[in-house]
Amino acid sequence: MTIQEAKFQYLLRLGDSSLIIGHRLSEWCGSGPILEEDIALINIALDFVGNATAILGYAATVEGNGRTEDDLAFLRGEREFRNLLITEQPNGDYAATITRQFLYDVYTYYLYEALKSSKDETIAALAEKSHKEITYHLRHTTEWMYRLGDGTAESHERMQNAMNDLWMFTGEMFDMDEVDALLIKEGIAPDLNAIKEKWEAHVKPVIAEATLQIPSYNFKQKGSREGKHSEHLGFLLAEMQSVHRSFPGAKW
Amino acid sequence: MTDTQWPVWEVFVQANPGIPHKHVGNVHAADAEMAIQNARDVYTRRSEGISIWVVPANAISASSPEDQGAFFEPSNDKPYRHPTFYKIPEGVKYL
Repeated sequence: MTIQEAKFQYLLRLGDSSLIIGHRLSEWCGSGPILEEDIALINIALDFVGNATAILGYAATVEGNGRTEDDLAFLRGEREFRNLLITEQPNGDYAATITRQFLYDVYTYYLYEALKSSKDETIAALAEKSHKEITYHLRHTTEWMYRLGDGTAESHERMQNAMNDLWMFTGEMFDMDEVDALLIKEGIAPDLNAIKEKWEAHVKPVIAEATLQIPSYNFKQKGSREGKHSEHLGFLLAEMQSVHRSFPGAKW
Repeated sequence: MTDTQWPVWEVFVQANPGIPHKHVGNVHAADAEMAIQNARDVYTRRSEGISIWVVPANAISASSPEDQGAFFEPSNDKPYRHPTFYKIPEGVKYL
């Protein structure tokens, strides 16, 4: 595998995760529990879609086959997507959306913080901008973790159910393969073991403060790096890609 | 029917350092931290400013419309209170 091929795969992983979770959050548009929270979620969704546009645009450039970010976003099938499994999980209730977002936000906070020092200048610049957005996302979801976890009996139960369902998707975030090994050697990507330590040190106190339990099972889901996704991605892509595929070549 | 909405917070945004915070509207929130975040999300999407104040609406005391006559009309015929007899130098925008 060449450095260029590794970089392309790595950028797909970053960009696809942003795109898919941005799409999931956009599904809340107009249906948020209150006006202010609806707007907050949409702002966060827009941050992710903007980040995905930039990263997938750079990925297309690195690939060098004449594809654009739109081709990558709207014309690939599930087996070609590299987003983390956690990002494609359905929104469920608000507890599930917040829990999913929190676990992912802590990850991107430390990942992008490390990417700011990437030897690839484009990635470093993207990370510099995105990290500011992520800092706000994390603050927002953390406050909701506390309020819903340590809230009413109902909110607490919903949060614990969400945590029990989603915890199994938090192992994959830190798995590394040949792509990572190559890019770590070049100083382009960070060692995810270091990110994992920071993630655990950050996540555990918040979960405890929210009066929630970390599930006791050890099993962790994986497969997104090889394009093996949960049953949800197909439906998500069908909806997300339908307009683009219905009107090929259309422009705003 | 009881109102189950969260309390109202009035929002003030400061556009640039040194100039006054301006009232831009209000948000609902259960507490101060969420009020600040909600205000940031609702009222600063287009680079409106660099600082936010939120104040519980019931902490604000206001004059009533009936008082307008007694409060404000007497100052209408006191020209000596206005600094109209000298020129303000150019460039002193926020005097």
